[in-house]
Amino acid sequence: MLTNWVYIGVFLIVAVVVPLVAVLIPVFIAPKKPSTRKEEIYECGIETKGNIRIQFKSQYYIYALIFLIFDIETIFLFPWAVALGNLPLFAVVEGVIFIVILFAGLVYAMRKGVLAWS
Amino acid sequence: MADLINLIENWISNILLGWGLTESLAVFILQVLGSVLVVIVCFVIVIALIWVERKIAGRIQDRFGPNRAGPYGIFQSFADIIKIFTKEYISPVGAEKGLFNIAPVLAMFSVLAIWAVFPFAINVVGGDIHVGVLYIVAIGAFGILAILMAGWSSNNRYALLGASRSVAMLISYEIPMIISLLVPVLLAHSMKLSVIVEAQMPWNIFVAPLAALIFGISSMAEVGKAPFDLLEAESELVAGYHTEYSGMKFGMFYVAEFLHQFTVGALMAIFFLGGWTGPLAVRWPILGVFYFYGKTFFIYLVISWIRLSLPRIRIDQMLNLNWRFLIPVSFINLIAVAIADRVMLEFEIARWIYVVVMFLLNMLILVAALTIAERIEKAVERVEFSPRPVAVPPGKESK
Repeated sequence: MLTNWVYIGVFLIVAVVVPLVAVLIPVFIAPKKPSTRKEEIYECGIETKGNIRIQFKSQYYIYALIFLIFDIETIFLFPWAVALGNLPLFAVVEGVIFIVILFAGLVYAMRKGVLAWS
Repeated sequence: MADLINLIENWISNILLGWGLTESLAVFILQVLGSVLVVIVCFVIVIALIWVERKIAGRIQDRFGPNRAGPYGIFQSFADIIKIFTKEYISPVGAEKGLFNIAPVLAMFSVLAIWAVFPFAINVVGGDIHVGVLYIVAIGAFGILAILMAGWSSNNRYALLGASRSVAMLISYEIPMIISLLVPVLLAHSMKLSVIVEAQMPWNIFVAPLAALIFGISSMAEVGKAPFDLLEAESELVAGYHTEYSGMKFGMFYVAEFLHQFTVGALMAIFFLGGWTGPLAVRWPILGVFYFYGKTFFIYLVISWIRLSLPRIRIDQMLNLNWRFLIPVSFINLIAVAIADRVMLEFEIARWIYVVVMFLLNMLILVAALTIAERIEKAVERVEFSPRPVAVPPGKESK
């Protein structure tokens, strides 16, 4: 069993090293001629004016919050789905009640209108 | 001829043991060689895939694809690679150096690392961990992080806007993807990918077609292929989060997108099309590898076909589709499949009755969901688009 995790560790290291090597090769063979004109920030040719860090739209935060709730719910559903064959029949009802409670939360959020892109 | 893969494996390990290395070290070196082989094969396949995609895009759009660089343009990808390797790296002024340089590597890493748990043939699986599905979901989240890093560190207002919209869309579509992935896990009663592949008789696409459909749609949105194209909608946001990248860093994002599309094909093949199973795949594992890659390539072609046929949808339509349609339908699907599976297990129903009941249940939920969605759409349309009173010049009021 442990050899499987060793393989994954080796694979992760290889998956970092190979793109890193690919990104580092042009450092040696590509030209390097920086100039102020080239390093300006791209804005379709117009000069950049004003603050770069724009005000963050609050709608993104709401999407992330609701995503977080449902993501944690799916984490709880994984062991339930795996063990469903060995549990007594009532376990299905328990799982369904759990899903329905959170589904009611989603319906509430939808009716309140927070999930619409303003 | 015995199985080719085991032959090579035994040959290499015999050589290593003959040099006097211990058993565990020989296994370790085999693992390193195996992972390097998988990564190199991925890169080589992407080179071929880019050419295939451009040729097919050309033919669907009634034009030739690339046909100058070599016969039928097959050297086009190599020419592109040589060009990208020799382009200059330009960092915008004020960009955060560390984040800016790490983001493309991280984007590529998150797609490559998924290939660690794939079963290629009957005993040829790299890291067959007990939590394979959870690993895939966790590693997939790294790509989203890479996009946010790229957008933020570019010091560019529009890159940040593009990155924020991309991240909002990507995290929204994670949820129906994970929930529809729970259905094959439920049917196989395990999170191990090799068990999920071997427990599929018939293939999961016949037992759980709705879950396959939802997984397909949400994965296409995750990759960023049309109609969920807005991550790279050039007419809207210049080039989105990778505006300020040039040369190989941009090449990494580009290759990561193609490889992600191919990986989604592999995931569909494993979870819903039976992975490496096929005629005679148990006797000769090398056939299993061919079946796996063949099914993956087929799904890749279907995704390309859909991409080249449909227009882009707006972001509010996209998010509405997700939160109002895909998530409720995938939850209801999960509940129905769980109840049906457990009840039929309790009464020990025959396999073919099980398959038929599951298929009909899925079709029922799909038809009901589409009907309800259509009714709601019509009701909304009736309210929004009712004819409004229009001013008419005097003398024409009778018309």
